[in-house]
Amino acid sequence: MNPVPDIYRILPEVILSITGVLVMLIDASLASGPSRRALGWVAVFGTVFAIWASIWQLSLPSGSGFSETVETSPFTVFFHVLICGIVLVTLLLSLDSLPDDSHHQGEYYALLVFGAVGMCLLTGAVELLLVFVALEISSISTYILAGYRKQTGRGPESAIKYFLLGSFATAFLLYGIALVFGATGTTSVYEIARTAAAAPNLVLVNAALAMMLVGILFKVSAAPFHVWTPDVYEGAPSPVVALMSTAPKAAAFAFLLRIVYEMFPTLGFIWAPVLWIVAVLSMTVGNLAALRQHNVKRMLAYSAIAHAGYLLVAFAGFGTTGIGAAMFYTAAYSAMNVGIFAVVTLVSGYGDERPLVQDYRGLLYRSPLLGGLLIFFLVSLTGIPFTGGFFGKFYAFSAAVGAGRVVLAIIGLLNSGVAAAYYLRLAFVAAQRPEESEARFPMLPVGVAVGAAMLFAVGATLILGISPGRILHATETGAHTLQAPPPVPTQPEITSSHATP
Amino acid sequence: MNGSILTLILLVPLAGAVLVSLLPDRGKLPAWLALLTTLVTFGLTLHLPAHFDVNQSGFQFAVNKQWIESPAIYYHVGVDGLSLWLVVLVGLLGPVGVLASWNAINRRQKVFYSLFLVQQTAMYGVFVSLDLMLYYGFWELSLVPMAILIAMYGRKEGQKAATKFFLFTFIPSAPLLVAILWLYARTGTFNFSELRVLIAAGAVPAGALFWVALAFLLAFAVKVPVFPLHGWLADTFGEAPVAMAMVVAGKLGLYSMLRFHVGLFPAQSHAIAPLLIALAVIGVLYGACLALVQRDFWRFLAFAALGHLSLITLGIYGFTVTGWNGATYQILNNELIDAALFVLLGALEIRYGTSQIPAYGGLAGRVPRLATIFVFAALAMIGLPLLNGFVGEFLILSSTFSGVSHGWAVVATLGVILSAAYMLWMVQRVFYGPESALAASAAADLRAVEQFALWPLAVLMLVMGVAPNLWLRAIATAPGPTLIQRAQSIGSLGQPDVPSAANNRAELREVLR
Repeated sequence: MNPVPDIYRILPEVILSITGVLVMLIDASLASGPSRRALGWVAVFGTVFAIWASIWQLSLPSGSGFSETVETSPFTVFFHVLICGIVLVTLLLSLDSLPDDSHHQGEYYALLVFGAVGMCLLTGAVELLLVFVALEISSISTYILAGYRKQTGRGPESAIKYFLLGSFATAFLLYGIALVFGATGTTSVYEIARTAAAAPNLVLVNAALAMMLVGILFKVSAAPFHVWTPDVYEGAPSPVVALMSTAPKAAAFAFLLRIVYEMFPTLGFIWAPVLWIVAVLSMTVGNLAALRQHNVKRMLAYSAIAHAGYLLVAFAGFGTTGIGAAMFYTAAYSAMNVGIFAVVTLVSGYGDERPLVQDYRGLLYRSPLLGGLLIFFLVSLTGIPFTGGFFGKFYAFSAAVGAGRVVLAIIGLLNSGVAAAYYLRLAFVAAQRPEESEARFPMLPVGVAVGAAMLFAVGATLILGISPGRILHATETGAHTLQAPPPVPTQPEITSSHATP
Repeated sequence: MNGSILTLILLVPLAGAVLVSLLPDRGKLPAWLALLTTLVTFGLTLHLPAHFDVNQSGFQFAVNKQWIESPAIYYHVGVDGLSLWLVVLVGLLGPVGVLASWNAINRRQKVFYSLFLVQQTAMYGVFVSLDLMLYYGFWELSLVPMAILIAMYGRKEGQKAATKFFLFTFIPSAPLLVAILWLYARTGTFNFSELRVLIAAGAVPAGALFWVALAFLLAFAVKVPVFPLHGWLADTFGEAPVAMAMVVAGKLGLYSMLRFHVGLFPAQSHAIAPLLIALAVIGVLYGACLALVQRDFWRFLAFAALGHLSLITLGIYGFTVTGWNGATYQILNNELIDAALFVLLGALEIRYGTSQIPAYGGLAGRVPRLATIFVFAALAMIGLPLLNGFVGEFLILSSTFSGVSHGWAVVATLGVILSAAYMLWMVQRVFYGPESALAASAAADLRAVEQFALWPLAVLMLVMGVAPNLWLRAIATAPGPTLIQRAQSIGSLGQPDVPSAANNRAELREVLR
């Protein structure tokens, strides 16, 4: 009786998979000589199509398909669009910055798109086994991408480190899934939501929650599970870091929201303090460590850890405000972080020939456009009003203050003061007049694709900062769907009407 | 026109900034564009006093439109007697700043002037915003162009000074944001007038209000700066380009104190006033003493400014209507005089390439016009009767004498006397005495550009000293008396000084006579 064919529920994922396969097939059928750049454009069009498909999913009634394993709702659509958007910008960025002679370009684009499949699936999955599969799909592609510059020493190191630690964290998640299955006898998110509170063995449920939190907090690089971040970011190519520092995190945060608000809302007394502590740790550790960094990518890695902390502050505000704030922050953080890594890619080069803060001296003089963009994104990361970064922090902290967590908000905002110090150091170095004697190294030219990528990032950051109304509305709708009571089983037609906000 | 004038004032500099950044950096084109933009904006700001109704208290030219639905942030702007002349002041200092940079800024003019214009918008925004979030937005925004320009155009250690400046002002604004958010969580509004009513009606628990008020005060006190939070001031004055340094201190913080600290939390600010009075008087003396011993004239100017800004703080926290009117007036005077001194010292630095006072001497014969205007501005700063500094200082000191305590007034007056000493000594060392080696080197007197910047300031100093009522009429419509009544009805404090609303202007006239 279900009016919505199951396939519509995973349409964006299907489109992305087809795109990925197509890219690989064309790559294999091309002679080894010519440039593979056109493959990137194929991937770009596939991603745009996937974005369109996700938006189209809004016209479907909310609900799940494939026997309650994949959900579509405003919540999932929000993250689908966000993730595909990030992948799109990364693809555009890679088009111009991958060296022309680099082989395996086809695989690179295919991996980006396959990664997107996993991330998108992770945000929509409501069956823990599918969650695990989705997480693996996204992780494996990022593991490979992290080590893409295999001719350097750092690339493989970064990939192996990421792989070993990442698998370890995934094992935790899997163990958590096993425990929750033991406690409730099911792996369906809806079922667990209905039965977890009344489970006969609450200790088992708590242990499961703890394991899953460990697994996910690793993925979002929150302290104390953050140690892999700087090394991996340093070794991975910058366009990949632009993706890695945002899209998998967005997906992981979506799943974290699902864990705490949909599966275990009744266990708030346990996860809220845990997330509180993790938030404070991440912000403080991230910011203090970033102060001492001389390598731009390592600095931004620590900044990413701090931002995971700010985002977790939003979780302190229970209910719609908290979820909405977290979703908004994810979007704002992604926009500005992708943007700044795009600038870093162009300035440092694909091979990280100029990785140090010192190397940015006089950027504003050498290239007013790149310098201006760098400063703009740094200003947004600092959290200055009229940029996305400000409203992200604003909603996160007002959610916390609204829930009475004034201390957490103060710690967070003081942290953003500390963060200003290292963001500004980079901004000021870029604004400094270059020494006449300094060699004028070549920078990657700003091509059409990179220009478009930058335009997307700047546009998103500004829109989120100046008229956040529509995005806010989207996050609120998403928050409502996430919090709606789980649909009654076995009657799909009621399912769809029930979950609509 | 009245409805959209403030929006226009906010948008014109921004549009100018975009235009400057889009057009090529060729010749003096960015500078001309910036001059044009600031002149147009200045013209627009003059619309305000021309159409300001002095018989009406409350906000005029107001616009209140929803910006974001939830949380309810409004684009709510308006001016009253307190902010009216400050907006015009920003307008006037716009072209002055451009003219002051005319010869000083020769590289990357595009970046300089577009950031300069963004800074203008941010400052207008701070003075006209009546929604706390909007206000906070402009308040923070004003830091960015300033910090970048200090880093870019610093003399020796621009980066260090810029970081210091930014962190000094950015970190205290973290508690400010939390306080604003907390107020919103309690009251559901960011609207200044609504909050004032709600707080007065006791809708917010008084115990927590103490901390909220303290967070507001801290952010403002750093920005003024109030002793002992002035650590950033001397470095910033020493490194910032002249056009930026002349607007960095004072008015934003002092205005915010009057509007948002005293204005929103009269009882709490009255309770903490004794501390601030003490700090202000210390600041007056400390600034004067340090100014006496400085060898670098930018640092000299910084400590002189600290002294004079402390005096205005004293006027604010004396909690008398006269003191508030005097303080508001003195903010204007102080900015005008400081701007003139900055332009003049900047001119000296360009000509002779040093800011060390001992290197100068005997310049008066070589650059007579520069010397004349400098002496004029110095006398205004000292508070010579018939010049503007006198009126403000007199109002503040007399209100302190009658409204606070004789002791503090006497000590503060001592600081004012010291300020005469350091100022005149500085004039003597730079312009008179035996001719130094520097003076012998050929240097032109004030150029036309500099004179265009300076003469309006000099004329205003005189007019504001002779006919202060032109300004005070509007300033006196600010809601002083009701605040004092509320402060004292809640707090249990000594001698009430409660003139009624109608008395306010009468009392002023009497004091001025």
